[in-house]
Parts: sequence; structure tokens; C-alpha cells
Amino acid sequence: MGRFTSVKTQAASVPPLQTQGPRLPNPYANAKFLIKAPFALVGFLIAILANRLFPQIADVAVTDYEFPSGFILNMNEAYELVLLGLILLYLIAGVYSWFDPDRRAKYLNRVPFRFAMGLALTAWDILGTKLLMLPQPFFPGPARIIESFLMEGDYILQNTLYSLRLFAVGFFVGVVVGVGTGILIGWFARVYYWVFPVLKLTGVIPAVAWMPFALTLFPTPFSAASFLIVICAWFPVAFATARGITSTPKSHFEVARTLGAKTSYLVFHVAIPHAIPNIFTGISTANGFAFTTLVMAEMMGQPGGLGYYINASKVWSAYYKVFASILVMAILFSLIMWAIGAVQGRVLRWQKGLIHE
Amino acid sequence: MSNHVLLGIENVYRTYVDDEDNKVEALYDVSLEIEKGEFVTIIGSSGCGKTTLLRLIAGLDTPLSGKLTIGGVPITGTDPERGYVFQQGGLFPWLTVENNIATGLKARGVYKQEKSRVQEYIELIGLQGFEKAFPHQISGGMAQRVAIARALINRPAALLLDEPMGALDSFTRADLQDKLLELWRHDETTMILVTHDIDEAIYLSDRIVIMTPRPGRISDIMEVSFPHPRHRGGVEFLTMRKTILEKLHLASALPEPEYRI
Repeated sequence: MGRFTSVKTQAASVPPLQTQGPRLPNPYANAKFLIKAPFALVGFLIAILANRLFPQIADVAVTDYEFPSGFILNMNEAYELVLLGLILLYLIAGVYSWFDPDRRAKYLNRVPFRFAMGLALTAWDILGTKLLMLPQPFFPGPARIIESFLMEGDYILQNTLYSLRLFAVGFFVGVVVGVGTGILIGWFARVYYWVFPVLKLTGVIPAVAWMPFALTLFPTPFSAASFLIVICAWFPVAFATARGITSTPKSHFEVARTLGAKTSYLVFHVAIPHAIPNIFTGISTANGFAFTTLVMAEMMGQPGGLGYYINASKVWSAYYKVFASILVMAILFSLIMWAIGAVQGRVLRWQKGLIHE
Repeated sequence: MSNHVLLGIENVYRTYVDDEDNKVEALYDVSLEIEKGEFVTIIGSSGCGKTTLLRLIAGLDTPLSGKLTIGGVPITGTDPERGYVFQQGGLFPWLTVENNIATGLKARGVYKQEKSRVQEYIELIGLQGFEKAFPHQISGGMAQRVAIARALINRPAALLLDEPMGALDSFTRADLQDKLLELWRHDETTMILVTHDIDEAIYLSDRIVIMTPRPGRISDIMEVSFPHPRHRGGVEFLTMRKTILEKLHLASALPEPEYRI
């Protein structure tokens, strides 16, 4: 509705050839945006006020933590700071969206969810921390989860970096080896014959099943876990790459051959580019497998990592730390997936509009 | 054999087995000579072996027996001296228009030296401003022009065109036919066009080779002697059209089954 009006005003004021140029601000759409968009922030504001004003009825100790810099913070203040951070983040996003009708629509679309998130946090905070009405110690309130970072933020960071390093090494090697095997399987009939059945057979085995062997055969727990991530990423990537190579239309090769292409050109400039979309499908699948394998491997025998941290906290019934670890995973893994998606969008820009329109 | 002969096809046979295990004689004792710079059209109903013949000339397929030569040298495989334009263009979807056109230069490793030719051909086919567009962003007619430019960038002695205008609407088709004549004069390339469009054959070619199916063989060769530009409604044009139609019908006198079970 708003965009339709925007096109009309433009047509009236500028010649049609310029419709491709910068869009004119549309007063109506902006008014709507101004009224609705703030609700993305209001939910979190309510959560802050609830945390501030609702009395601490249940018996929960509110400890002050002093930082080396002399800065003193308790869990409620830290929780409020996080909420403030979210408000700031969505405020910046809102200002950024202001200038583009498409982004404005996207932002407005997310407003109800963000508002509900604020209300949910409010309810959780009151039930979980203020009243202690949720089963304890399994469901601590949000402020108590944040408290984990005050208690041992450095240690969580250490474990996060351990996980990240493990993931980076395993996933990178797995993808590279997977693409390599996939190309060989897809291109050489003989490799296909001998290797593909092996790939199909071993590929269905969850990588962690190799854990006992990995732990004995590899010199360090880190290399053992990397190996598990490598093989769990290797399978889907190799499989998808091989599919992409073998499904290259014969006509693409014929075109290239009539243009003077030799075998190496056919592999690197015809078959592999054709397989790139498949390769990315394989990488996305591998990504999910790799997260699972990473956490399981860490829970089964690593000296560090977010999975290890979960296990270590569980022993002390410190479930708020388990949740803290889960929170870090959610953020970290989302960022990794977002980064892979961004690379994919860039590499596959020739497909834009091919599938979705 | 005259000195001007570029392409020699002598007693070529080609059979293949179809999906139902029937032996199909795609080409049966086909002989033809094509001169340098000539525009030859091969016409016939589907299954007459015209595409098979073109693929043999391209070196994408080998004959069962018989000889194919270019400039007196036997054809043993594909070679950039014989450009090929496929029915659906077959542009690489992951390459931009200019990179598609540059493929031949890159494949032969001469891109650095002959880079300027890419722009030259983009201008020749009138696609300035679309250099960075991807194939799915341009129209079918534009895509075929890119495919033709891509095949011509290697300066082939012969350009083989397999129904390149088959999937286009009639306006785009007429436009592309004129463009093809223009390119033919510009490069003096020998053109060998496969089509089932009689008007297209008369409008473009010096000679029309009529092929008939089961077994695929050449039934007639006709010279088109009246000058360009040819008027599609002119008397000579229409007379020729009628003759070809008759020949095509005569040749396939047996009634075609309407359907198969």
C-alpha cells in the first residue's frame, strides 16, 4: 500500500525515465513507520522497567561483582544493560531502515516479534527471578543467566574461543577435502566407481560414532575432535559437489569444446562453476552437522569448549551457566551461518532472481 | 574438386539406436560440398538427420563410415575453426554477457592479446550496456545474439547454427536473421544453418539443402539466386517457397502416423 503510493507520487513529479534513481521520501509511509516502529523497542523497555520496579519477592541473592577497573555491577544491572544494548541495536536498525522503503517494510514486519520478545523476557524475569515460580534450579531467570558472564566471563570467553578454533579448523579442512573428493568423484568414472559407495556407506554414520577411535588414534583431544568435524563436514560437501559435477549438462561441455576448451578448462570453468550452487547446499548441510559434532565431541572428551562448559556446569547443578553456554552458541552459530549465507549470496549473485522470481 | 571448397562430406553414414532399441539411420550416404563464404541452409522435417550432420561437421560426433574434411584436412574432433551455436543458446548462466563472449578467447589462452574483440562483438550485436548482465536477465533474442557472438569471437572458418531461432517469436526472429546476414558479411564466415523454417532458409541462404528422413539423406539442393535484401512477399520468394514445400511433401509421400501407442 505504502509503496504503491510512493510510485504514484514519483510518476507525477519526475519523468518516468528517472524512476530508477534515488527514491523520494514518502510522507505517508514514514508516518506509519514512525507510529509502528517504536514498538520494537517498547517491549524491551517494559522488561527493563519490570526488572527495576518489580520487588524481589523470592529469596535470591543479588551479588555485586567488582571488575578490575573498579566498576561494580550486579546481575540485574547487567541484564538491564543487555536489554539496553538490544534497544540500541534495534534503534540503529530502525534509523538505518528509515531511508529505504524496502528496509522499512522489513523492519515493520519484525516489530510484533520484537515486541513479544520483550514481553516474554518480562514474564520470564518475574516468574524466574523475582518470584522463583519456575522449577529450580533448572529454569533460572534471564538475569541469573547473565550473571554467569559476571561470575566467569573470561572463562566463558576462553571456552568460546576453544570451540571457535575447533570449528574453524575442522570445518575448513572438511569443506576443502569434501570439494576435492567431490570433484574427483564427479569427474573420473573410476573414482566414482570405487569411492562413491564408500562415501555413501560411511556418510550415514554420525561422526561422533568414531569418537573412541579418534581419541585413541590422535595425539591430542583437539586433533581428535577436529578429525570428527572434518569427516562430518566432508560427507555432505563431497556428495553435493559430486552431484553438481555429474549433473552438468552435456551441452555446456560441447559449447566449451567447440570454443577450443581443453579438459582442464572443462573441469575448472564449466563443471566446477556449474557445481557451485550444489557445493553451497552441501556446505549448509555440513554446517549443521558440524555444530552438532562440535558440541557432542566437546561434551565427550575435550579440555575446553562450550560443550565442555555445559558438562562442567551441569555437575554443579549450575543450570544458569548451561543456559549461558547455550546463549553463546545461539549467537555464535547464527553469526557463522549468516557469514556463510553472505558469501553464498555474493558468489551466487548470477542466480539472483533465477529461483525466487 | 574446386579450390573454393571449404567443407567436404563424402558418403557419410551414421546410425544410432533409439530408446526402444530400434536402429535409426540418421544419415544414409550423404555427400555435400560447401564453398568458402557460402551460406548454406539444411532444411527438413524432424528426424531427417540435419542436426546429426551438423554435429558431425562440428566434430561432436563421428560418422560410421565416410569422410568429412575441412580445407582438405579430415575432421577428427571439435576445433575453434568451426563455431557452433546451439538450439537453446547454451550460454553459461554463471558468466556475464561479456564473459560468455570471451569464453573462446579464454579457452584458447589468447584473452590478453585479443581482449578488444569482446567489445567489438558486443557492439556488432548491439548489446552495449548489457555487458555485465547475466543470461537470465536478458531476452531470448539477446541470448541468441550473445551465443552467435561467442561462437564468432574465435574467427571460425565456418559457423554452424543449429536452429538458433527456433524458440524465438517471429519479430525477434526476423531481426536476428538480418543481424546474421550482417555478421556474415562482416566476417565472411561460411554459414551452415539447420532449420525447419522454409522462409528463413530462402531469406538467408545461397543454397538450400533439402533432407528427408528414414533414412536421412539429401533429396535435393536448390540455389537461391535472387539478390539480397530479399522481399518475403516477392514473387521469386513465394515461387521458391512453393517449390520447396512440394519437394518436402513429395519426398515424404508416405502418410505420417498421427500418433503412436
